[in-house]
Amino acid sequence: MKLCETDSGKYTSVLQLPGSVLIVPQATLGGKPKGKGMQYHGNIGKDEGLKLYDSFVSHCQNELSAYTSAVRHRKTCKTNEGAECLSQPSSETSNGANKRIPKRAGHLSSPSRDDHVPVYTLVLVLVLSVCTRFYKITEPPHVCWDETHFGKMGSYYINRTFFFDVHPPLGKMLIGLAGYLTGYDGTFPFIKPGDKYEHHNYWGMRAFCAALGSCLPPFAFLIVLELSHSKPAALIAASLLIFDTGCITLSQYILLDPILMFFIMGSVLCMVRFNTQRLRPFSFSWWFWLLLTGVCLSGSLGVKFVGLFVILLVGINTAFDLWRLLGDLSLSLLDFGKHLLARVFGLIMLPLFLYTTIFAVHFIVLNRSGPGDGFFSSAFQSRLIGNNLHNASMPEYLAYGSVITVKNLRIAGGYLHSHWHLYPEGVGAHQQQVTAYLHKDYNNLWLVKRPDNSDDLTGPPELVRQGDIIRLEHKETTRNLHSHFHEAPLTKKHLQVTGYGINGSGDVNDLWQVEVCGGKKGDPVKVLRSKVRFLHRSTSCVLCSSGKTLPKWGWEQVEVTCSPYVKETPNTQWNIEDHINPKLPNISLSVLKPTFLEVLWESHIVMIRGNSGLKPKDNEMNSKPWHWPINYQGLRFSGVNETEYRVYLLGNPVIWWLNLLSLALFVLMLTVASLAKQRGVKMEGMRKVHCHTLMEGGGMLLLGWLLHYLPFYIMGRILYYHHYFPAMLFSSMLTGTTNLHLLFSSSISHHLMRGGQFILLLGFIYSFYLFHPLSYGMRGPLAQDPASSMAGLRWMESWEF
Amino acid sequence: MQCVKLPISVRVEINLLLMAVTGLALVTRLYGIHFPRAVVFDEVYYGQFLSLYMKQVFFIDESGPPFGHMVLALGAYLGGFDGNFVWNRIGAEYTSNVPVWSLRVIPAFAGSFCIPLAYLLVVELGYSHFSALGACMLLLMENSLIVQSRFMLLESVLIFFLLLAVLSYLHFHKARNSSFRWFWLMICGVSCACGIGVKYMGMFTYFLLLGLTAVHTWQLIGDRTLSHGKVVVQVLVRFLALVVLPVIMYIGFFYVHLTLLYRSGPHDQMMSSAFQASLEGGLARITQGQPLDVALGSQVTLRTVSSKPVPCWLHSHKVNYPIRYENGRGSSHQQQVTCYPFKDVNNWWIIKDPGRHTLVVSSPPRPVRHGDIIQLLHGMTSRYLNTHDVAAPMSPHSQEVSGYIDFNVSMPAQNLWRVDIVNRESDREIWKTILSEVRLVHVNTSAVLKLSGASLPEWGFKQLEVVGDKIYKGYQQSGMWNVEEHRYGRSQEQKERELELKSPTHSDIKRNLTFMAKFLELQWKMLTVKNEESEHKYSSSPLEWITMDTNIAYWLHPSSNAQIQLIGNIVNWTIANLALVVYCLMFLTYLLRRRRKVEDIPQDSWEQLVLAGVICVGGWAVNYLPFFLMEKTLFLYHYLPALTFKILQIPIVVEHLYIHVLKSPAQRKAFGVVILAVLCSVYVSYHNLSPLTYGQPALSSDELAALRWRESWDILLRKR
Repeated sequence: MKLCETDSGKYTSVLQLPGSVLIVPQATLGGKPKGKGMQYHGNIGKDEGLKLYDSFVSHCQNELSAYTSAVRHRKTCKTNEGAECLSQPSSETSNGANKRIPKRAGHLSSPSRDDHVPVYTLVLVLVLSVCTRFYKITEPPHVCWDETHFGKMGSYYINRTFFFDVHPPLGKMLIGLAGYLTGYDGTFPFIKPGDKYEHHNYWGMRAFCAALGSCLPPFAFLIVLELSHSKPAALIAASLLIFDTGCITLSQYILLDPILMFFIMGSVLCMVRFNTQRLRPFSFSWWFWLLLTGVCLSGSLGVKFVGLFVILLVGINTAFDLWRLLGDLSLSLLDFGKHLLARVFGLIMLPLFLYTTIFAVHFIVLNRSGPGDGFFSSAFQSRLIGNNLHNASMPEYLAYGSVITVKNLRIAGGYLHSHWHLYPEGVGAHQQQVTAYLHKDYNNLWLVKRPDNSDDLTGPPELVRQGDIIRLEHKETTRNLHSHFHEAPLTKKHLQVTGYGINGSGDVNDLWQVEVCGGKKGDPVKVLRSKVRFLHRSTSCVLCSSGKTLPKWGWEQVEVTCSPYVKETPNTQWNIEDHINPKLPNISLSVLKPTFLEVLWESHIVMIRGNSGLKPKDNEMNSKPWHWPINYQGLRFSGVNETEYRVYLLGNPVIWWLNLLSLALFVLMLTVASLAKQRGVKMEGMRKVHCHTLMEGGGMLLLGWLLHYLPFYIMGRILYYHHYFPAMLFSSMLTGTTNLHLLFSSSISHHLMRGGQFILLLGFIYSFYLFHPLSYGMRGPLAQDPASSMAGLRWMESWEF
Repeated sequence: MQCVKLPISVRVEINLLLMAVTGLALVTRLYGIHFPRAVVFDEVYYGQFLSLYMKQVFFIDESGPPFGHMVLALGAYLGGFDGNFVWNRIGAEYTSNVPVWSLRVIPAFAGSFCIPLAYLLVVELGYSHFSALGACMLLLMENSLIVQSRFMLLESVLIFFLLLAVLSYLHFHKARNSSFRWFWLMICGVSCACGIGVKYMGMFTYFLLLGLTAVHTWQLIGDRTLSHGKVVVQVLVRFLALVVLPVIMYIGFFYVHLTLLYRSGPHDQMMSSAFQASLEGGLARITQGQPLDVALGSQVTLRTVSSKPVPCWLHSHKVNYPIRYENGRGSSHQQQVTCYPFKDVNNWWIIKDPGRHTLVVSSPPRPVRHGDIIQLLHGMTSRYLNTHDVAAPMSPHSQEVSGYIDFNVSMPAQNLWRVDIVNRESDREIWKTILSEVRLVHVNTSAVLKLSGASLPEWGFKQLEVVGDKIYKGYQQSGMWNVEEHRYGRSQEQKERELELKSPTHSDIKRNLTFMAKFLELQWKMLTVKNEESEHKYSSSPLEWITMDTNIAYWLHPSSNAQIQLIGNIVNWTIANLALVVYCLMFLTYLLRRRRKVEDIPQDSWEQLVLAGVICVGGWAVNYLPFFLMEKTLFLYHYLPALTFKILQIPIVVEHLYIHVLKSPAQRKAFGVVILAVLCSVYVSYHNLSPLTYGQPALSSDELAALRWRESWDILLRKR
């Protein structure tokens, strides 16, 4: 921070001034840093302060001159506050200028010239980013790319129908809310990309996302400002984001990413702010930033699980902070405990609470049956209005001759299912497939029959009891549930389960013994409430759903096997969900309502399963993590042909490649700096400060980039280009920090440095001008064609615009 | 006086102890290794490579680098094995020409020498000889390590090199001022390379050692008493020994591998044509002396550069696409063009000049160059290779490729193709046999001839689909073709030509790839070729390993209940888990208290404890945790390297507890008793399980059932 005025009138850092005693007025300790300057409020009057200050300084001088004859009193530095001073006695013997002398020195409430500029710049950044994000926000007036999912899910919230998605609900809830508030009625079906919106009010949802997206550049500005204390660096970082076509495109549509990035950047900003409060623990602003960090963290986790990475970043930062506090022996263990507890509360308890609250709202809002029902347990479904289990009424006890559906009790276990397809050759016996299927379907219906075909169709129905031997006939294909000594297709330790026989005739391998968990012999089987196991008679194995997904031949449904390990696990337990028997009286069943925590747990398991189930398909070009930083290939948001309105998600290559370059540069500088430090090279003044900023601030940003990028290499799920954008934010901020030091450490003059930064900015703007059609849409011939507006801009073969 | 006496007596004692444990190790590992005289578990897998080594036939094994196979092959070579055995079934009896003892003896020796290495390692970490002895006892009686050492398997060799690497590094690090220390650093580099050469898993320990070296080097850099020059030299030497040397050795293994295996064999097809041509026999015999430049009128077979899903040749046959597919879409009903993974006379195509009608090579030959327009005529059916705006059968977004038949339905022939040599050096480069990778671009639609990866159903004889890809972008191997077999066509008549096609190609030139090119291709194939991984009956997940909830049946006697099972000594595994937990708790407590400047133990002991933790707990973690991220089929034996490090942890924790935590003599005495009791129970457990370890004597069904200590163990019971 350059606070001190030298003889020549230039501002410089305290560290560069000679002298060994620094007199710091009490008022300075109460100041708030604002950018490069300070602001002071509530201090003593200006004139009085000056008087007091002068008398104090003269006292000091007297004291000093008493010890030494040669006191060189340089001009005290007049900073923005005018009362902060440097007194430079050349001897170190002085103890009169003790910093802790309780004395109010003057103040100056008018903020300095420097203070204004960040505000103006900040406003400029904000205006620019709003302009770039909101320009042509309603174009194209049709569904683009993933809007088909997230717009649809927003509508589900408005219509209150239950659905299933692999991401946590906050993002979609906010989209739904934004749509609701701007007059969207939830009636647009969002069937596929390219559908025209026509009269539907879609702009509100887009504007909401764009508004959050517009916050990113100002956030980046503030973060870099805080970390590097340099306005040009902050400005460069912010302009990188303002003029990046990728960030603009991603912010303009109904997507989760702008919301996610908003919360990620928010968390980082709050964390950085919190770090600067470290000298004033437990003050109001300390608590404020701590709690706000927690809120932002829960927000980012509530939008996508990618939010975990920023939680990790904040966690590591906090761990370092705590480690530092623990090593501070002036702090008693009790104080340390307070620090620890405050962080546990602010960064763990509060986010956790908010996160569960999000889910609570989600479950309260969505109370109608919808497309996501089948993924959840019977108990869960009974909560949903319109589901056949809601206030269900069906025969209470299982009887012979009933038609039933059987659901696995494993979380997100499917219905026992079969269909007109055989196991392929080479996979056990060439018989009909039996699988577990997550959706409701006619092929899930099974008929309960006696072992000996002696079903009495006329008499009163007889109940199935524990220990009874039954056959299960598939209603649609009339084959019996069957097992035999063949390996199961995936779980080789288990036996294969097939559909066998025609019109109900079969063999002894079709016999299953019913066992109710925790029941006695002769107990009837309660629909919905009993946990039932099916023991195969001839091989004494138990019907099991392994949870593994079958390959293409099994329609990617879940494998059903017969497990020789008879331990009771949810995989081998089933319940009877639907039960149709016209001869029995229907009884209204109040199914045990699940508690909120059970519902929460269940939905998380389902989400994680769903996420890991998103595997890349064979023969499909998919995006690899190494493609991303080099901007190898973008994503088509809308339009393929020459005649269509095309939007292509691709980062501004100039910006992205600059980011890549500065990343390498930063690593190099970091290595050199730490080597120098380790070798004990003496560093003077500014250089030391820069080195410190570089390692602390830049290191934090580098860590953020790594945390948001590297984990994708080990992810099995399908990856897309837009997954890189959170990491790109960090890398842009790092570029800002690095460039500052690059320009500083070389001893070129002030003007040249400014000039360099100016050229850099112009470069961004020019490249933005070149590539802006990517975001704001283009028509006409593709870029290969010289007649195209994008001709000559296809710098990489792999870009498809 | 004692000072004079002690070193001598102590020295003798060490040697004796070391000798004793080595002897015991040899007895437990080598005793009766020729039994059973049958293929045991993965011997069936390594055996096939052994036979190929003996016959010097080329093979590719994507599971690991060749050094491990070479070590096993050395045994076979010394035993005089001729490679004649069919490795097809676990439990198959060995024929008399198989030197069972010498096949198994190298892994057994490696497994035995792990014990003295463990001894030295514990001593090197700064712990007492008692602890070292304890570590050896535990390892000696570890049934799973014994089983794995006694057969023709690679884990024991791997563990041997890992321990050697760690030991030599510690030796290097401790011996600050001896000039001999650089020798130890070399040994470390060499054994790291060997470890990786046996199995890629060795990489984990290598990275651990690199990390440790980095930290130590960093401290060295911080040492300001050294001059800059000295520091640079120190860093450079470490870099040479631990990075450059292993890389050179690793490449060296491949050099030996490729030099030894010069004959063509069953895995040829996975490699490129150029690679195959460098092997003796096989393709080399056919392609030797083919004309190099492809000319108008040449007869060629076109092979895909990509080997996914299988390498195949562009093919056509006298069957048409069905008029309607199963899903109701229509086709052009023209002749099928497919990709066929076997050699066939229908793979021959003739390159024709669109401007002329001649099908023979004029003299002098007019070579085809990059950018030339050609037609491709199917040799046996005389149909032109054609593509048009009709959806392909399996990939509807691409164009159908057909042999053109004129049905007079206003569907004109579109049979012009532009030759696009991808790996060209100049823009007028000539299309070369085997060497050129060519993209065939359709002139009318600029679609690229490409293997889609899907297979056709019954009507296409399950052959692979070939399509014209309109949105082809970037470099895709599936769109590249090279000429494999090639001859100049000499006859104009269809009949004569058919005869010509059926006769083998001939003449002679030899083309050789450089070693580096071959190495890179082989390495790339090893890393990218994925076998269809399915679950195995004895595969398990890493979580089951910690508590040993799983086992592997290695061998079962054909008539009795005698069997060999990979089951660990359950007592060992339990106390190893316990020691791990104790260590972590201890470490955390010390760490936090030291931060508050409370020093419970002297600095030396603390550093010793940390180093031991890095080696043992770190060794366990790096060899275990990565498996959670792997998607391949995993077995219990993958855990054995981690287990070895974990067992080494036990005596270290015990010694630390004994010296620093237990203060009163009474406590120490009690602790000593506990240790003795545990050792006894380790022995009892070892003894009880040994029939399953050594495969004899055969137990009765009841005894076996009694040994099934965990429900999840699959012990085989013969039904009477």
